Amino acid sequence: MNAFVQHFLFEFRTGIRNKQLLLMNYLFPLGFYVLIGIIMPKINPLFLENLIPALVVFSILSATLLGIPDPLVNGRENGIYRSYKINGIPATTILLIPVLTTLLHLFIVAAIITVTAPVFFDAPLPTNWWRFILVIFVMAIACAGISVLIGVVSPNSRMTVLWSQIIFVPCMLLGGIMIPYNMLPGIAGKIAHLLPATHAMNSFKGLAMGGTADFSAWGSMVVLVAGGLIAFGLALFLFSWDSRNTKRRGTVWLAFLFLLPNILGILFLL
Amino acid sequence: MNEDVIDVNHFRKVYNNFIAVDDISFSVKQGEIFGILGPNGAGKTSTLECLEGLRAPDGGDLRIAGINPVRELAKLRNVIGVQLQSAGLPESITPDEAMKLFCAYHGVKPRMDLLERLSIAEKKNTQFYNLSAGMQRRLALALAIAHHPRVLFLDEPTAGLDVASRVELHNLMYELKTEGTTIVLATHDMAEAESMSDRVAILLKGRIVTTGTPMQITAAGAGLTKISVNTQNRCLIHPLITFPSVEQFITHDDYNIYFSTDIGVTVAAIIQYIQEHDDVIIDLRVERPSLEDRFLEITNAGGVS
Repeated sequence: MNAFVQHFLFEFRTGIRNKQLLLMNYLFPLGFYVLIGIIMPKINPLFLENLIPALVVFSILSATLLGIPDPLVNGRENGIYRSYKINGIPATTILLIPVLTTLLHLFIVAAIITVTAPVFFDAPLPTNWWRFILVIFVMAIACAGISVLIGVVSPNSRMTVLWSQIIFVPCMLLGGIMIPYNMLPGIAGKIAHLLPATHAMNSFKGLAMGGTADFSAWGSMVVLVAGGLIAFGLALFLFSWDSRNTKRRGTVWLAFLFLLPNILGILFLL
Repeated sequence: MNEDVIDVNHFRKVYNNFIAVDDISFSVKQGEIFGILGPNGAGKTSTLECLEGLRAPDGGDLRIAGINPVRELAKLRNVIGVQLQSAGLPESITPDEAMKLFCAYHGVKPRMDLLERLSIAEKKNTQFYNLSAGMQRRLALALAIAHHPRVLFLDEPTAGLDVASRVELHNLMYELKTEGTTIVLATHDMAEAESMSDRVAILLKGRIVTTGTPMQITAAGAGLTKISVNTQNRCLIHPLITFPSVEQFITHDDYNIYFSTDIGVTVAAIIQYIQEHDDVIIDLRVERPSLEDRFLEITNAGGVS
C-alpha cells in the first residue's frame, strides 16, 4: 500500500512538474475554457447552457487522450518498465496510476470551471450535482481507458499523436461540444455514437443539467463505462514491458474491440 | 563461500532465426565477482536479461539462489539487484523520490545513506534528466543495492564515471563482495574486469569460449611477457646481446625491453649478464599479457583458443 501511495504521489507531482503534462492537464483546458467562454456565447447564446459540460468534457479529453499515452510509450521505449519489472512494480500499477492521477487533475480543472463559469460567463449550474460528478467520473474512466490502450499499442510517440487525434478531433467536431448532437445529419450522428464525448454530453444533458437527452442517458453511461473497462482490460492484455525482441499476447488489432459497446449503442440506444 | 548462487545449464536463447546464446553453462559462487566479457552481439545481454527475469530462455535451466527467474519472478525481485545499462528512470523523478519508490516496492526503508555514500545527496531533489550521466549511473547503482540483494547484476557500471567515482564504485563492490553479495559484471572495460573479477567468462557468437580466473585466462594465451630493464652502467645497450626465449627487443627511455615466451629463463639470463658485467639494476619490470591482450587474441581468432 505504501508503495502504491508513493507511486501515486510521484505521478501526481509529475502531472504538474512535467511541462507537457501541465499543459494538457491545466493550461490547455483552462486557456480554451476562457477563450470559448468569451467568444462562443456571443456567437451562439444557446451555447451558454452547455458551457460547463462542454468545457469539462474538453478538459477530460485533453488530460487523458493528449496527456496519458505519450508517457506510457516513453516509459516502454526508454527502458523504464524494464527497471520497474525488475523491482517488482506490476503492469496493473503502471497502467492504473496514470489513470488515477489524471482523474485527480481533471477533477481539479472541472471544479475550477464549474465554480468560475457562473461568475464570469453567467453559465447555468448543474441541477443534479451527484449525477454531474458521476458523469465526469464515468467519462474520465472511458477516456482514460482508451488513452492507456493507445499508449500500450502505439509503437512510438508519433503514432500516439495520430491515434489520439483520430479520437480527439472528431470528439470536438461531432461529440456535441461545439455542435449539438440533434443538429448533426443522420450519418454524422451514427459516427458520433462511436465517440465518448457524444455519450458524455448526452448524459450531462439528460442526467445533470436539467435538459432532455437525445437518446437514453443511462444507456450512454453504460456505453462509457463498458468502453472504458474493455479498453483498460485490452491495455493490460496487450501490455509489453519493452519493445525489443518482444511478442505481445495478442495482435494490436484487438484494441479496436473497445468500440464494441459504442457499436452496440448505435443499434440499441434510442 | 562455496555455495553456487547462480546456476546456468545448457542455456539457449533464440530470436526468430538468430541464435543469440547457444547452449552455455556456468555457475557463480556466493560472494564471487563474475565478469561476463564479449564483443557486441556475443550474447552477454541476452544472458543477463534471462537471469534477471526480463526474458524467457528458449532452452536449458537457469537458477538464481534456487529460484527460477521465469516462473518465480515475484520471489526473484528481492533476491537480485540490477543496474541496467540505461538507467531506466522517469525523466522527472528525483533521487529522493526514486529511492523512496523503489524501497517501498521492496518493502525496505529508504537507504538515504547510499545517496550520501555515492555523492548524490546534494542533488536529491534534482530531476533525473538534470543529473549528469555519472550521477544517473550512481543513482541506478544505489537503487540496485538499496534492498540488500544477494545477487547484483552490473551492466557497464563505470561507463561515464570520473576517476573518483570509479574508485568509489570499486570500493563499494569489494564491500558488497565481503558481505557475501554475488556480483555479475558485464563490461567492455578489460582493465576493470581483470582487476575486479574473481572469474570471467568470455562469450563469442553465443558460446562461452573460455572461463577461469583472469590469471588463468591470460596465462593460457600465446602472448609474450614484456620485460623492461634499466641499469646504472647501461651494460645491456649493445644491440648484439641476445637472451634465450626473447622474440622481440626494443629500447625506450633508457630501458631495454624484451618480449619473452619464457620469463623465468629470460629474466635469469638477464640478471646473470648484468652481474657478470658488474652493473647494477635500477629498475626491472615484468608485465604479463593483460586480459585485454588475451581477449583480442581470442576474438580475433574467432573463438579458437
